[in-house]
Amino acid sequence: MSDLIRQTAAELAAKIAAREVSSVEVTQAHLDRITAVDPAVHAFLHVDAEGALAAARKVDEDIAQGHVASPLAGVPLALKDVLTTQDMPTTCGSKMLEGWVPPYDATVTRRLREAGVIILGKTNMDEFAMGSSTENSAYGPTRNPWDLDRIPGGSGGGSSAALAAFEAPLAIGTDTGGSIRQPGAVTGTVGVKPTYGGVSRYGLVAFSSSLDQAGPCARTVLDAALLHEVIAGHDPLDSTSIDQPVPAVVAAARAGAAGDLSGVKVGVVREFRGEGYQPGVVAAFDTAVDQLRKLGAEVVEVSCPSFTLALPAYYLIAPSECSSNLARFDAMRYGLRVGEGDAALSAEQVMSLTREAGFGPEVKRRVILGTYALSAGYYDAYYGSAQKVRTLISRDFAAAYEQVDVLVAPTTPTTAFPIGERVGDPMQMYLADLCTIPSNLAGNAAMSVPCGLSEEDGLPVGFQIMAPALADDRMYRVAAAYEVARDAAAGGALIHRVPELEASAR
Amino acid sequence: MTAVAELMDYDEVLERFDPVLGLEVHVELNTNTKMFCGCANVFGGEPNTNVCPTCLGMPGALPVVNGTAVESAIRIGLALNCEIAQWCRFARKNYFYPDMPKNFQTSQYDEPIAFNGHLDVLLDDGEVFRVDIERAHMEEDTGKSLHVGGATGRIHGAEHSLLDYNRAGVPLIEIVTKPLVGTGARAPEVARAYVSALRDLLRALGVSDVRMDQGSLRCDANVSLMPKGTEVFGTRTETKNVNSLRSVERAVRYEMTRHAAVLAGGGTIRQETRHFDESTGSTSSGRAKETAEDYRYFPEPDLVPIAPAREWVEQLAATLPELPWQRRQRIQAEWNLTDLELRDLVNADALDIVAATVDAGAPPAEARSWWVSYLSQKANATGTELTALPITPAQVAKVIALVAEGSLTNKLAREVVDGVLAGEGEPEQVVEQRGLKVVSDDSALLAAIDEALAAQPDVAEKIRGGKVAAAGAIVGAVMKATKGQADAKRVRELIISRCES
Ligand SMILES: [Zn+2]
Repeated sequence: MSDLIRQTAAELAAKIAAREVSSVEVTQAHLDRITAVDPAVHAFLHVDAEGALAAARKVDEDIAQGHVASPLAGVPLALKDVLTTQDMPTTCGSKMLEGWVPPYDATVTRRLREAGVIILGKTNMDEFAMGSSTENSAYGPTRNPWDLDRIPGGSGGGSSAALAAFEAPLAIGTDTGGSIRQPGAVTGTVGVKPTYGGVSRYGLVAFSSSLDQAGPCARTVLDAALLHEVIAGHDPLDSTSIDQPVPAVVAAARAGAAGDLSGVKVGVVREFRGEGYQPGVVAAFDTAVDQLRKLGAEVVEVSCPSFTLALPAYYLIAPSECSSNLARFDAMRYGLRVGEGDAALSAEQVMSLTREAGFGPEVKRRVILGTYALSAGYYDAYYGSAQKVRTLISRDFAAAYEQVDVLVAPTTPTTAFPIGERVGDPMQMYLADLCTIPSNLAGNAAMSVPCGLSEEDGLPVGFQIMAPALADDRMYRVAAAYEVARDAAAGGALIHRVPELEASAR
Repeated sequence: MTAVAELMDYDEVLERFDPVLGLEVHVELNTNTKMFCGCANVFGGEPNTNVCPTCLGMPGALPVVNGTAVESAIRIGLALNCEIAQWCRFARKNYFYPDMPKNFQTSQYDEPIAFNGHLDVLLDDGEVFRVDIERAHMEEDTGKSLHVGGATGRIHGAEHSLLDYNRAGVPLIEIVTKPLVGTGARAPEVARAYVSALRDLLRALGVSDVRMDQGSLRCDANVSLMPKGTEVFGTRTETKNVNSLRSVERAVRYEMTRHAAVLAGGGTIRQETRHFDESTGSTSSGRAKETAEDYRYFPEPDLVPIAPAREWVEQLAATLPELPWQRRQRIQAEWNLTDLELRDLVNADALDIVAATVDAGAPPAEARSWWVSYLSQKANATGTELTALPITPAQVAKVIALVAEGSLTNKLAREVVDGVLAGEGEPEQVVEQRGLKVVSDDSALLAAIDEALAAQPDVAEKIRGGKVAAAGAIVGAVMKATKGQADAKRVRELIISRCES
């Protein structure tokens, strides 16, 4: 039974559809695994064993009657706790929403259910998706299965850790500045930020509306592609969702797996190396680029000078939007209320006390930063300038994509850092998203695939592949080809080198 | 604020100051659904029944723009002679208030959908005043708070507050005028006439219920004074809660006299909102606006920009209904009215109701006469609006038809109308129940005529001799005998034919 948890989602789905194994058995195996290892990993904030098993039974019944809902029917999944679920709490890692059960399902949640994907529970995250280590969760940090003393990345550390700990074969993350890709990189898993507007944001509790994008997390490129096609597509409830066919990412992943990249032009972003980049990360990245060359790709260096301005621009735009998005947490309609029943307190005082108690320090830092950046007299200098930088970054991407099909860069400058190391230094923490932010600002597609272990610390390194908006399929093709070559060279999938957790669980 | 404000005599105000007006009108659109979600847009209803995750500002919920609301906004803009934006966005207006679910209002800021227009307003004496329109933009309404306990009914000092979000997210159009200068003594009248003209326009467009009493049309009146001979605007106050046409006029006049008294006494006007009190006709101090509130506007990232296709805008322009001033011109020509007659009709707010009576089959002259004279008197006597009288245009048209066919005399017709107003039913029922029908059975009349002729043989002889004028005495006798229910004209005809035979 325990080998069920080490299989890919594609393999599990095929066996479930062929009735070689039931969805209930697969689901139970993962629930057992969660029971065994999650006390050490803390990937989950909420596990719904009953709901998951009921959904699995339904899928098994449907399959018995000849109805297979989707290519992932019956496969379990871990859902980031920032997407609303009618039958489970949605806390966003915040005390503000402790115990809040939304009255509606996010569109992503609904599509998962309709596809027969089994939602095991909700995963830990930095509060309201603000952070790069999951240490900003109000419910305690998640630990990296590769080294339990290190961070699993963030904000979606729970989703990536759940994959690396074999607690789920699939997960959903959300990526505002790298929150899918950076956790994917440091946990040795695949994380995809689709083109902005590719996946509906309806029911995704907003951090920064113009940047937030939900996407698939998995242990293989094909699994990510299968999940991508389940959740993507136009949604009339999200007016920023793109009303065009979903790029054929599954076909692209299958085609890429044939291992031929001849005719593909790959651009290496010149700005993303040098000071601050861990040597082992750079070495693993260079080896991956060589691998692409061997697969037939033409590799050139490309300069995107505005990318160096992306981080400061991001830290004006995202906080500005979040200061407004998080204004709704005022104790009036849902969530935490401090001062209830105290007749001496005014509505404003209740709001104020609640926000003081309900938000953690990083959320407050960004709300204050954003409030300031939008203020009269500062707007043009801060928010306005940041929007101009955003335009410059889009132009850099457009110019680059005239020369190449995809761009590549390290996903994050370092491997997983020790828990606590950067908590007191927000600027160091923010640097973790240095290479991922440009794609959010431009709204392009980007993904991280594992590219081996860093020679210094033996921890996973992420290889980032970026593609133009609506060309998500291009990066899947490159990633799938690279994955096959990488595993062949290493004599097996990287993810199976994660330490045995039962032994180290404490 | 308990002290009664000093007011300056109105004539003196005008000797010393020139008023400057600015009017902001909020119109609730009558779309089926709200601005950004699928909830029903209806007035009233049990609290918090027309709500959903979006209009409650639930985490994760997103807005989607109501296309019909955009269409209404463009039509309003076109009817106000505005330019329609090629491309515009929504913006977030950030401020905390419990009845605003997201603690920001989705509105338009520096990119309104319509701008630079005007509305020609007909004043009581027939003069036309052009009101320049700065902009018309789309936004959403807030919920409603009910503050229980405390003296003022406001949030401060309340024991607890109740919130109803049924109104949250209802589509609003805010129409803002440019500063109106040069109105002089007529400032209050211009304000009232503008809101009235706007209301008629919106009604003709069919985009709103325009019920000031229900808040579907709300006016904020900005008033300031500048001393005669200067051109620098004074500090303004913004009077809110002005929810009838009459109140608009009163509020402006009150603020003019109050500002003048303060300024003349060496004081300064505090920039603030003021609340209008219908019962006293006065305003009271509200929220200070000296330090302009910082709403931290920024473009709404949850909504894509709106870029109305030019062909669509042209199509909407071509299919605008007949607008009030076009209609007035047409009616004047069709009914053959003098300027004065038209103005009386407009001033009596009777144009629509007379037109409806005409549509129900009455000749324009009779319809106009009934509403402008007899029914207006009735309305004045009972202190109700003409349109609020319990009689319909169709009922008035019916009465007119009964007179025309000879079934009623004018005197009887007034009795029938009184009966309808008294709730006695349809005109025919009133005629029946009150026994008011003109006696038209010639045999009954002839009996009465023969009797009268027999009673006055000398008169009968004169008529037979050709002195037709003498018939009047017989007519009088017959009318007396029939208690006035006979048609005098018919009686006369019968008398003459009787004497000829
Ligand atoms: Zn709603």
